[in-house]
Amino acid sequence: MKEIILKVISQPTVGLEAENIAPKVFACKSSMEIAGLPIYEGNRERRLGDFFDVSGEAGEAEAETRIVIEGDVRLTKRIGQGMRAGEIHIKGSAGMHLGSKMRGGKVTVEGDCEAFCFQEMRGGVVHIKGNAGNYLGSATRGNWRGMRGGTITVDGNAGSEIATFMKGGKIHVKGDCASFAGVHMNKGFIVIDGRAERRIGAEMIGGTIVANEVEAMLAGFKPVETVKAPEIESEKFTGNYKKYSGDHADSRAKGTVWVKIQ
Amino acid sequence: MEIHTDVICPFCGTLCDDIEVHVENGRVMEALNACKLGNAKFMSMNKKNRHIVPMVRGEDGFTETTIEDAVERVARMLVDAKKPLLYGWATTECEAQSVGIELAEEVGGVIDSCASVCHGPSVLAIQDVGFPSVTLGEVKNRADLDIYWGSNPMHAHPRHMSRYSRYPRGYFRERGQQDRTVIVIDVRRTDTAGIADKFLQVSPGDDYELVNAFRTLLNGGDIPDEVAGIAKKDIASALELMKTCQFGMLFFGVGLTMSPGKHRNIDNAISLVVDLNKYTKFNLIPMRGHYNVTGFSEVLTWQSGFPFGVDYTRGYPQYNPGETTSVELLSRGEVDAVFVVGSDPAANFPKKAVEHLAKIPSAVIEPHETPTTYLCDLNIPSAIAGIEVEGTAYRMDNVPIRMRKIMDAPAGLYSDREILEMILLKVREIKNGA
Ligand code: SF4
Repeated sequence: MKEIILKVISQPTVGLEAENIAPKVFACKSSMEIAGLPIYEGNRERRLGDFFDVSGEAGEAEAETRIVIEGDVRLTKRIGQGMRAGEIHIKGSAGMHLGSKMRGGKVTVEGDCEAFCFQEMRGGVVHIKGNAGNYLGSATRGNWRGMRGGTITVDGNAGSEIATFMKGGKIHVKGDCASFAGVHMNKGFIVIDGRAERRIGAEMIGGTIVANEVEAMLAGFKPVETVKAPEIESEKFTGNYKKYSGDHADSRAKGTVWVKIQ
Repeated sequence: MEIHTDVICPFCGTLCDDIEVHVENGRVMEALNACKLGNAKFMSMNKKNRHIVPMVRGEDGFTETTIEDAVERVARMLVDAKKPLLYGWATTECEAQSVGIELAEEVGGVIDSCASVCHGPSVLAIQDVGFPSVTLGEVKNRADLDIYWGSNPMHAHPRHMSRYSRYPRGYFRERGQQDRTVIVIDVRRTDTAGIADKFLQVSPGDDYELVNAFRTLLNGGDIPDEVAGIAKKDIASALELMKTCQFGMLFFGVGLTMSPGKHRNIDNAISLVVDLNKYTKFNLIPMRGHYNVTGFSEVLTWQSGFPFGVDYTRGYPQYNPGETTSVELLSRGEVDAVFVVGSDPAANFPKKAVEHLAKIPSAVIEPHETPTTYLCDLNIPSAIAGIEVEGTAYRMDNVPIRMRKIMDAPAGLYSDREILEMILLKVREIKNGA
């Protein structure tokens, strides 16, 4: 795999939209060509090279291309949008819509990621080493089909409404999770190692959530049983877990939430 | 004395269409039928010291300028900006809104209305789960159960209950009040709760839990003895009223849209209404505040496909509330110029957003003096829509109503639409290299 390095020169306050920072677009291009790609600062079309120092070499194909971003790109949106293969490694924090509609490949963020990242993801592997913002791996506005595949791991905490309308894949949050995790979830798997705020699994009709601790369960969740060291979605968990079914606010409810008994 | 009948009240989303206004020598003498709020709006026409000329901020305070100069300044500000925000629009007519949207597209900006700080969540929820709605005329003639949730019409929409819900006689509700039941759900005992048949006091911020409990019971499940501070038996008896009515209505206000959970509260409430339709006819209407905030959503949807918070910076419309809405854009410092039309964000927005607004170039079109007119670098007074200018507005139930002109604006004042058209023309001139 060949590597292109983007070093942040500056980040304008109105932010950048940079769906062109993606392995597919970079593949087979020289660093000169990459520096000349359009990138949008508000309503102005600019060049990628105006904001990033480009070096290294891109691969022959998307899958052969790795993009390393050195610096903080919190204000750069849409990096890796729709990627199917290849790799992106951000050595700082990432902006909104990172990896939205991603279908494959690998994304690593050393810092945090802003809201609305990895919406409607269908495949690939994601690792956020810091915290993730609201709407991680959720559906876009008005869509009732959210994330369908792939895995997202967050070492820190996650914001609210992660995995809305989830239909598949897995999200693992090692820290705490704000309210409405997995709202309207249909299929898929969410594991929260820390504490989940209230309204976890709200209006879920399917899928599975495991949480170490919850602030409160909604009235629509019915306790089913207590299981010692359960195996959930072919993963082993230690300790005793209480299993709930829900959210029975919806007559179609077939979701499951497991909460560890402290 | 001129007597104008069937005048539309351009104040709240009830958009009453039966006001009788008496005008003598350019002064409003009386506004019959109007409530206190509507009356105050008509009577405010008699106030002295109204601004007629645009004011621009210079080294030492505001100075007067001409409309031509003001238009040119706004046009340049918008053309120079990389991401201008065009905000407001709830208190002007649809025709002006339409020009504003064209302007936003032309300059590659973001256009947003006060819906983003009041009923935007309702719109989001509607997009997620649908909108079982009716018109207020049907409510008047058919409804035998009205629920007000997080809304206090006695003070915010004073004639709503007398015209449509609590009191009027309707085709199937011949006895008026006796044929109707009213439930109020709120965090405190409001004046509206005082005239309701049943009041549920929900603990602050727990609205979502209460909707969830209603739905769970409705679907045959069981709930704990107390949810959201309300006893199970009270939840169950309110639910029984909902299930057994002939035609039920849910009116909800900012108490529900802006309490924790926001659009999720509405999304779940809509689903409750959908579920209730398995038993009876049930519908909902959001209690929109400003008289034409509904109209803006309509016009923007025709022109862009989306109802508020539309970002044209890339040349095509993008919509993502939370990212493309005013408070968030200002708080993150993502916009570099603000143009306000018929709204007062300086008084209503969170501190951080107002701080950014104060830092960047800004202009406002507004007939009255407001905190925003003082905060902005430039203000252009305009004629008052619905009183000095005719035009279309949409009632809270999405019914368009033609507002009438009952008096002339002071000489030298233009309507919002005329000013916006001048700005649009100027913008095009500048962009074509003039
Ligand atoms: S209820 Fe609203 S529209 Fe009707 S008169 Fe009062 S303020 Fe005007």
